[in-house]
Amino acid sequence: MDVFSDPANRDVYITGFLWILKLTLAGGVGALVLGVVLAAMRVSPVPVLRGFGTAWVNIFRNTPLTLIIFFCYFGLFSTLGLSLVDDIDLNNFWLGVIGLSVYTAAFVCEAIRSGINTVPPGQAEAARAIGMTFFQTLTIVVLPQAGRAVIAPLGSILIALCKNSTIVGTIGLMESSNAMKDLINANGNAVIPIFLVFAGTFAVVLIPTGYAFGWLANRLAVKR
Amino acid sequence: MSDEALIVLDKVNKWFGPLHVLDNVNLTVAKGEVVVVIGPSGSGKSTLCRAINRLEPINDGTITFDGKPLPAEGRPLARLRSEVGMVFQSFNLFAHKTILQNVMLGPTKVRKEKPAVVRDRAMGLLERVGIANQAEKYPAQLSGGQQQRVAIARALAMQPKALLFDEPTSALDPEMVGEVLDVMTSLAKEGMTMVVVTHEMGFARHAANRVVFMADGQLVEQAPPAEFFANPKSDRAKDFLSKILTH
Repeated sequence: MDVFSDPANRDVYITGFLWILKLTLAGGVGALVLGVVLAAMRVSPVPVLRGFGTAWVNIFRNTPLTLIIFFCYFGLFSTLGLSLVDDIDLNNFWLGVIGLSVYTAAFVCEAIRSGINTVPPGQAEAARAIGMTFFQTLTIVVLPQAGRAVIAPLGSILIALCKNSTIVGTIGLMESSNAMKDLINANGNAVIPIFLVFAGTFAVVLIPTGYAFGWLANRLAVKR
Repeated sequence: MSDEALIVLDKVNKWFGPLHVLDNVNLTVAKGEVVVVIGPSGSGKSTLCRAINRLEPINDGTITFDGKPLPAEGRPLARLRSEVGMVFQSFNLFAHKTILQNVMLGPTKVRKEKPAVVRDRAMGLLERVGIANQAEKYPAQLSGGQQQRVAIARALAMQPKALLFDEPTSALDPEMVGEVLDVMTSLAKEGMTMVVVTHEMGFARHAANRVVFMADGQLVEQAPPAEFFANPKSDRAKDFLSKILTH
């Protein structure tokens, strides 16, 4: 544990996990918003929107995340010149957020869609019968119930997203896996302790997250 | 009841695949009239009821509500539905909303009325159906009969021109049927235009202006209840009544 008593090393460790935290939060918000919109598209009566949603899910769910992140960097940034901010680290961060969002949104979409299937058709029928439009029916009646039905799976997706965010390290962001690699390179005598600390940090944060989502799922479940 | 027609079905046809579920149905419901639709299972009664607010699209013919043909889709259709209340067999109260929210949702979200005004009206309606003291509960906490009375209040909150009832008591325990029929009877007396699909012959007898008998998608016979129950003209109606009234 000598490695972590050096403030410089501790800094690498903390910065690494701060990036993971930021990637998870920003990517999670992006994926949730996108995923809900995609799910709405997939159940909409407009064939073009349905097709778009289906295509999105099929493309991004079946492409390795590493490739998507690479594309964000080499495709969007290097080739197409999409520069979001001047700071290189921040730019890599936002490119990573885009990649994580579009990828994770595919999974969120499918979770929400399965949630929509748990809402009895009579709920939407009653909403239409009092004069709600398709959009109102979806946003006021169906999605709130669908969302509550899939809190637990959304928790699993968030956990996966958190771990997946280490892949943004491949385009140079000094997130936890890069931080670990650096520390190991500099401290070859402490490979196992360093690894355990990094792995343990994920576990310590993510295990309670899983339980929290389970608790929320129970608490917010719609009683029928 | 006036002579002015509110709901007019003209040569309405609908098929579910090969099944001719509405076969050339003509029906006119006057303002303030209470029409009870009876008939054996699968005769198309529910489909007829649901076609009136286009929850069930029809294949052929026209349906006119308050002088205007039913809009095909979109906002005009939503507006029409807001003027036609519907009460379902399975209540369909919004499970994630409280009783009061269920009743207020239509007026506030669809009509954009002020919540404070709607709240008073909603509480008044809940009072009327005898559920005001349960306003903050969720649907799953209420009995079937209570839920169905809330569903009626929810429909009334939109101040509809007509109410459609699709077997409103069929999913209820026997001892809860009465409380729902009481509410419906009082609405009928007040002159609400109602189309009621039901198996409650007692309700048909005392609350209906007219009984409509359906079989195999056809509108076989219609008459005032006293006449229909005493003297059914068609063999189908005689057969149906003999099966349900002998017990």
